Amino acid sequence: MSFELDRVGLIHDAGQAQGQRALRAVSIKVARGERLAIIGPSGAGKTTLLRILASSIRPTEGRVSVLGNNPWQLNGSKLRQLRSRIGFIHQAPPIPPRQRAITAVLAGRLGQWPWWKSALSLIYPADIAGPRDQLARLDLADRLFDRCDRLSGGQLQRVGVARVLYQAPDLLLADEPVSAMDPALADLTVSQLHQEAQSRGVTLVASLHAVDIALRWFPRVIGLKAGELVFDLPPEKVSEGVLRDLYASETGVLPSQDNQPFHLAFEGHAVDEAPAGRGQVPVAPPRVI
Amino acid sequence: MSHSVAQPRLRDPDARRRAGWALLALLALWPLVQIAEFRPVDLFDARNLAVMGGFLGQFFPPNLSGEFLVFVLKATIETLAMATAGTALAMLLALPLGLVLTHSLSVSRIGPGPDRSVGEAIRALARMVLLILRGIPELVWALLLVRAFGLGPAAGVLAIGLTYGGMLGKVYSEIMESGDTRPARVLLETGSGRLMAFFYGLLPGAAQELASYTIYRWECAVRASVIMGFVGAGGLGQLMDQSMKMLNGGEVSTILIVFLLLVLLADALSVFLRKLLA
Amino acid sequence: MSAATFAERRAAMGFCLQCWLTLLLLSLLVWASFAYLSLDLSRLFSAESGRGMLRFVLRFFPPDTSAEFLRKIAKGTLETLAISALGTLLAAGAGLLLALPAAGRMGPVLKALTRFLLNALRSVPELVWAALMVLAAGLGPFAGTLALALHTSGVLGRLFAESLENAAPEPARALVESGAAPALVFGYATLPLIAPQLIAYSLYRWEMNIRMATVLGFVGAGGLGQMLYYELSLLHEAQASSVIIAMFALVVLVDAASAFVRRRQMRPGG
Ligand SMILES: Nc1ncnc2c1ncn2[C@@H]1O[C@H](COP(=O)(O)OP(=O)(O)OP(=O)(O)O)[C@@H](O)[C@H]1O
Ligand SMILES: [Mg+2]
Repeated sequence: MSFELDRVGLIHDAGQAQGQRALRAVSIKVARGERLAIIGPSGAGKTTLLRILASSIRPTEGRVSVLGNNPWQLNGSKLRQLRSRIGFIHQAPPIPPRQRAITAVLAGRLGQWPWWKSALSLIYPADIAGPRDQLARLDLADRLFDRCDRLSGGQLQRVGVARVLYQAPDLLLADEPVSAMDPALADLTVSQLHQEAQSRGVTLVASLHAVDIALRWFPRVIGLKAGELVFDLPPEKVSEGVLRDLYASETGVLPSQDNQPFHLAFEGHAVDEAPAGRGQVPVAPPRVI
Repeated sequence: MSHSVAQPRLRDPDARRRAGWALLALLALWPLVQIAEFRPVDLFDARNLAVMGGFLGQFFPPNLSGEFLVFVLKATIETLAMATAGTALAMLLALPLGLVLTHSLSVSRIGPGPDRSVGEAIRALARMVLLILRGIPELVWALLLVRAFGLGPAAGVLAIGLTYGGMLGKVYSEIMESGDTRPARVLLETGSGRLMAFFYGLLPGAAQELASYTIYRWECAVRASVIMGFVGAGGLGQLMDQSMKMLNGGEVSTILIVFLLLVLLADALSVFLRKLLA
Repeated sequence: MSAATFAERRAAMGFCLQCWLTLLLLSLLVWASFAYLSLDLSRLFSAESGRGMLRFVLRFFPPDTSAEFLRKIAKGTLETLAISALGTLLAAGAGLLLALPAAGRMGPVLKALTRFLLNALRSVPELVWAALMVLAAGLGPFAGTLALALHTSGVLGRLFAESLENAAPEPARALVESGAAPALVFGYATLPLIAPQLIAYSLYRWEMNIRMATVLGFVGAGGLGQMLYYELSLLHEAQASSVIIAMFALVVLVDAASAFVRRRQMRPGG
């Protein structure tokens, strides 16, 4: 079992008067090696859900189990160990602008390295080939020694992805990892994430703004709306009706990576209104729509 | 006035309030003048005038004899060395305390996780230590340390180190808190330690401001170590104190000129270094 | 995965040679400072000196809290506050007077002269002024007041001159063109414009002067410092520690008050 959420709910700033409910009774089980996409309108709670999985926010209700542990019952050093096994790709990668790309990538291993190695690495990189190879997978090897404030938004996003690839975590979480990239680059990046997950047999969870990418690449797709899990289906069962409900879109225009009007290719599939959180789905190879 | 009977509304409506405030200010000033024993006539007291007159008369020419200049040069170098060593010591003290104080480097605040109360207790302790260090003026530290370590620059260096350590620690953590703290937070969330989260996440963004403030403090330390000698903690002040006690005007005026040059130099150097950083 | 090439290794290192050189130079200077003062930190922080330090610190406890001594401390505190307030007030007045020529309103010669005077006033530390004023006016708080006033008028004069130079010229020009006398123009047009800034500078300086006034007494210029110096020279550690606590409380209170005021000013509509 890679992770399991049991009726997890979360209210941001729960103590205060203007607490914002972000998640309500989300239950989901994911086995090791699964790859799933989370889709849903803005503010649905995708980021919040991923951050709970990363054990960087504590849910207000329910039970979480990640990589066999309940993070909030661990002591300090065990929790640190657990966190170092989880990789999180941020939508806008929080990297200091004056840092070099190589240092930003190396920072992925800070949780695993002994402190003296991290310290020495500030003076001279402890590893050059590793970051270079990870950047090369994303077609960015030539910017290895560039400062991050000289990179474009999409390039910076790829540095953030490379950092997590370099971290080689057991659970790969990605929050809109390709939002600043063009369709071709987005495909390359997502394919690299899949390759990483498949070759090392680790779990990949990505929230995606572009429905086309989610349906094309992921064997399991989860719909989130107003903090609630509304479906958990293999992509071929995600019909246009389901999506229209999810995005409350009357016009039929659904979000896609290239912002072109997007329509499902497999119209005519029976819509299976299966209950949410029903467990495993067989891993399907990526399909082209 | 006869006009005011005919046009009673023509008075300045604020006049009475202003007069009241002015009166109040004068009333408040009076006890101040009393307590501070403010008696300008003292300046023209015959005895004081004689002492001061004789003293000031010796100011020209300043004592520029080779032997004395060597003394002054040594004391000047000692002053600068005291300021530099003291500032270095202050940094050594301020960095760990400042790091402890910085909220965005706290692992236990994420979640919040385990050991939250321990973390808060350590932070409160660090804040307390910094407050005590900077709440006691450096010259008081020097006066006390001279008694503990004996006369000489060691007490001055430690005094600067302690007081400025307190100031730097507080400001360091404020600077780190005011920038973008997300990079550090994200590193902590993937299991990195607090020190490395600082080096990889906060320092790149904050280094310039941290260095600039430290340079400013070094400039202040030069001014402070100039006067450390008055309590026996070495440097130019000690020389000045001796010359003053012997009412040697020529020596005092030489030292005053050196003060002026030194302070202007530190000023200029600090401006230059900070411009270099920007 | 191929190993890093030579070019890559060089690129990895070539990063900011200048920064490393600067750091090296600075470390060298710090090391030279310690060496010149022949400070042996390991000896300072040895167990033996630690024990000596502990014995020294313990002599300061418990502080003297007898009513009579507390009254003396209260008087010393008031004296410190009075010295700082009066010194700053005098300095603000003198600073304003000196700022006019220093801002170049009375010709370039006077400007250069007053600038030099301001720099001279400023570069002599308060404590040195105090030592000199003790000679000129005798022991006591009056000397301290004069010392603070002299140094601070140098500082404030420079700041005020800068404000004057940066003040918007239009209101003044309008009055000059309508034929008003220069002194009146200053009072009616320029001063109201920069007054808030001048007051802010003066208050800020007052805050610093309170801290300074606590130590001016070391050379006999009154206030808490004089008490501390006196008690310590008689080896009255209990009394000395009460005075130190009073100084600490004063400094911390002023710090907190100014932080409070600044926070309130920052709030919109406050
Ligand atoms: N730090 C926070 N404090 C308070 N409320 C928050 C915080 N973060 C998120 N929220 C609220 O929680 C809800 C879910 O936010 P979340 O960021 O998870 O949405 P999302 O699905 O990732 O949206 P998007 O697609 O726009 O990124 C929103 O209503 C948001 O306003
Ligand atoms: Mg989001």
